[in-house]
Amino acid sequence: MADTPLLLREQQYHQIKALLARLRMDSAAKVVFLIDKDGQEIASQGEIGNLDTTSLASLAAGNVAATGAMAQLIGEKEFPTLSHEGERESIHISVIGRLLLIVVFDERSSLGLVKLRSKQVAHQLSAMIDEISKEEFRAEDSEFAEITDEDIDSLFQ
Amino acid sequence: MTFINYASREINCKIVYYGPGLCGKTTNLQHIFESTAPGSRGKLISLATETDRTLFFDFMPLELGTVRGFKTRFHLYTVPGQVFYDASRKLILKGVDGVVFVADSQEERMDANVESLYNLEENLQTQGYDLLKLPYVLQLNKRDLPNIIPVDELAAELRRKEEPVVEAVAANGAGVFDTLKAVAKQVLTELRKG
Repeated sequence: MADTPLLLREQQYHQIKALLARLRMDSAAKVVFLIDKDGQEIASQGEIGNLDTTSLASLAAGNVAATGAMAQLIGEKEFPTLSHEGERESIHISVIGRLLLIVVFDERSSLGLVKLRSKQVAHQLSAMIDEISKEEFRAEDSEFAEITDEDIDSLFQ
Repeated sequence: MTFINYASREINCKIVYYGPGLCGKTTNLQHIFESTAPGSRGKLISLATETDRTLFFDFMPLELGTVRGFKTRFHLYTVPGQVFYDASRKLILKGVDGVVFVADSQEERMDANVESLYNLEENLQTQGYDLLKLPYVLQLNKRDLPNIIPVDELAAELRRKEEPVVEAVAANGAGVFDTLKAVAKQVLTELRKG
């Protein structure tokens, strides 16, 4: 069996967006986004422009998974934060339970500021995530119970 | 793990292509990439060595269309097939919703198929999954080559349950979409069951 689905309701989505918007402002970042450890993007805020957030999310998740596995090899549980500093653009990733908070920033900000502000919102995000994780998926109550074979077949025509 | 976003009305699922080295996992993804409209898929990301062997994974997001008002987005991943990249394979299976096992039909690759399938079962188990309960498709690839094992024989050896078996030549696209359809259908059916 696969894991039970993760559900994100509209109200929770807007709460997360608001929190990310504040983090982005407080840390003077370009883009802030939240993804799950499997690389699924949950919400983002900022100057997205042509940034391929889907690819970035999948690579960030792969990056965290790889470094997490390295951590375990040397006897650590995980590396809770990762930073990659470029000439102009940098990325900071914080592991928050089953989610990853990613901040993309440039010379208008600094790693110290991003780290500090990320840490400050981490516990609020963590509480929200706990709430989201508690929500049980009940197919019989959802629109998905009504999915027919024809609906699925129509995707491939 | 399926992610359902009610705000953006999206269903996101993860499909992993598994199999021995050089069986055609990346070729499956490349064919899907080349045959779908740019509007319905994202970039194909390949973390490969200089000799084009998959080092970590290939990744491609694909939007199939709308079901009951929800956009269905599939994240397609391949694993590195070479035996020594086992740690990476384990990581990529995390959160999987459906698996395609790409078998190499050539006689000399039979042992590699068996070893890889065993490795898949083992790695799924370590992540808390059971192959018998997971959406799953067996693809018999490279059916155009001369030294191949008959389909019945391959299926008898590699089939684990009542999974669909699809004959394919990923290099020219034959069977690639049938495989994707077979696994996507099972994943969406699981969602209906809850």
